[in-house]
Amino acid sequence: MNAELHKDQSSFGARVRNAWQHGDRLYRLLLTVAALLVMILVIGIGYELWQNSALSRQAFGWKFLITSDWDPALNETFGALPFILGTLITSFIALLAAIPLGIGTAIFLAELAPDWLREPLGFLVELLAAVPSVVYGLWGLFVYIPVFVRPSAEFLNKSLGFLPLFEGPVFGPSRLAAGLLLAIMVFPTITAISRDVFRAIPNSQREAAMAMGATRWEMIYQVLIPYGTSGLLGAIILGLGRALGETIAVTMVIGNNLDLSASLLRPGYTMASIIANEFTEATFDLYLNALIEIGLILFAMTLLINIIARLLIWRVSQRTKAEVRA
Amino acid sequence: MQSPLQIQTSLKENILDSENQNIKMQIENLSIFYRDFRAVANVSMTIYAKKIVAIIGPSGCGKSTLLRSFNRMNDLVSGSHIEGQVYLDGEPLYERNVDVVDVRRRIGMVFQRPNPFPKSIYDNVAYGPRLYGVNRKSDLDEIVERSLKQAALWDEVKNKLHQSGLSISGGQQQRLCIARAIAVQPEVILMDEPASALDPISTLKIEELMHEIVKDYTIIIVTHNMQQAARVSNYTAMMMIDEQRAGRMIEFNDTNIIFTNPKDKRTEDYVTGRFG
Repeated sequence: MNAELHKDQSSFGARVRNAWQHGDRLYRLLLTVAALLVMILVIGIGYELWQNSALSRQAFGWKFLITSDWDPALNETFGALPFILGTLITSFIALLAAIPLGIGTAIFLAELAPDWLREPLGFLVELLAAVPSVVYGLWGLFVYIPVFVRPSAEFLNKSLGFLPLFEGPVFGPSRLAAGLLLAIMVFPTITAISRDVFRAIPNSQREAAMAMGATRWEMIYQVLIPYGTSGLLGAIILGLGRALGETIAVTMVIGNNLDLSASLLRPGYTMASIIANEFTEATFDLYLNALIEIGLILFAMTLLINIIARLLIWRVSQRTKAEVRA
Repeated sequence: MQSPLQIQTSLKENILDSENQNIKMQIENLSIFYRDFRAVANVSMTIYAKKIVAIIGPSGCGKSTLLRSFNRMNDLVSGSHIEGQVYLDGEPLYERNVDVVDVRRRIGMVFQRPNPFPKSIYDNVAYGPRLYGVNRKSDLDEIVERSLKQAALWDEVKNKLHQSGLSISGGQQQRLCIARAIAVQPEVILMDEPASALDPISTLKIEELMHEIVKDYTIIIVTHNMQQAARVSNYTAMMMIDEQRAGRMIEFNDTNIIFTNPKDKRTEDYVTGRFG
């Protein structure tokens, strides 16, 4: 192929080069269209959600975000507060559990694991990310809750039950159950990205710390973690994005209840699960519009979080450039 | 041809006879292995306190590997092990009860590429002292100022101590790394081609700085710049690769002798630029 090209160039040099330039342009055009398509898609989704929630937005205004009546049957009033809170609380629990676990595992995989363990363990972590969420939901309902979540909830209720956060009665399906299941689901995301963050840190940083007489642990928390902070934040935020949007597994274990108490041990609801549960039952326009407005809120939240993640990752690459300048 | 070992032994006696100095480190029949591969074979040398020793030789002859064995940095490479012994002030470094952290505190290191931490200039220099429990602000201030002055960097950075260590030029970064290394007042400083990534002016500054700090520290420098070895060092060790691809020290002597009247034909060829 290459040889032919050279032969051609001797006789038809100008033409060949021109054709290649045209090819270049065509390729560039195709890629530009593909990239634009992504933008159009994002804007299109936002626009559709905005348009189709018009009734609900007009009827409730900003109050939709802070009221908690969800009464499609009698008064036809809608407020998204229980779902927004449910989503935020379960995601927060998920991060609280998954951050130390995920970053710890990433440190082990990138810095401490013996060579023979690194690849198999890394592969398993990636496999965890590929398990369908409905399987997580089933496992959560039949194994995780009875074996782990419920006993933990009972323990929390017994020892810290005086706090509103751990008020009884203890249910199996609960905000805590959803949060802890989400923790397992975002754990592989946080682990895989954090591991790559640690791997991308130049070895010269490790050598610098070790040569100063740092122990391995001192090197990790004084040099590697500060060096990778932005990247680790990016990993956490991508995990958060997954936790916010996760639908089916959460719906299966959260109990789907409009309970507004602060207790984590009681059933709750999230934005994604109310949409999944009631979309097919939305019998009149305002009802449907209210559900779509919840979708709009969720869309805006995840979009915002991904923008923040991008900015953080960009900052990391800037800093790495400064390092190479030497 | 004489075996490298015989040459070294005779030279070592020669140096010992002619000069009466403090011995800082002794390397005794040291071989360094990566799994089965012997990267460095049977090196013996004596390093005197407050002198500069240069290790020269063609690429891949094990200079850096040898240097990294002096503060046990090779321990970090899985599968590496040694035979022989390295002594610091007469105490062996490769023994089971030796605290590696303590070894690296007493034997500091500066690397080929400047590798400051992405922290402020101040925090870079204060890193080591803090590691060893110095936390009082006034003590740290004093150490930072003293170290930066010794590293001839103080005047250039005294007004921006809290800017990132990565914001200064490559030559300044390397002097910052030297300041970071001397902040814990090590006894020996190992330098692994410290100027190879720098421009000539920065290189000159590093060399002047070495002349300055050798009053207080013993310096061992690996370089493949022969002029640099000739300019800065008191003693020079010449390394070559043998038939088994293991690095061997073929000559170790006063720098003047190595560059004007080497005993080994290969050293002569190398320092006169006939190969390498």
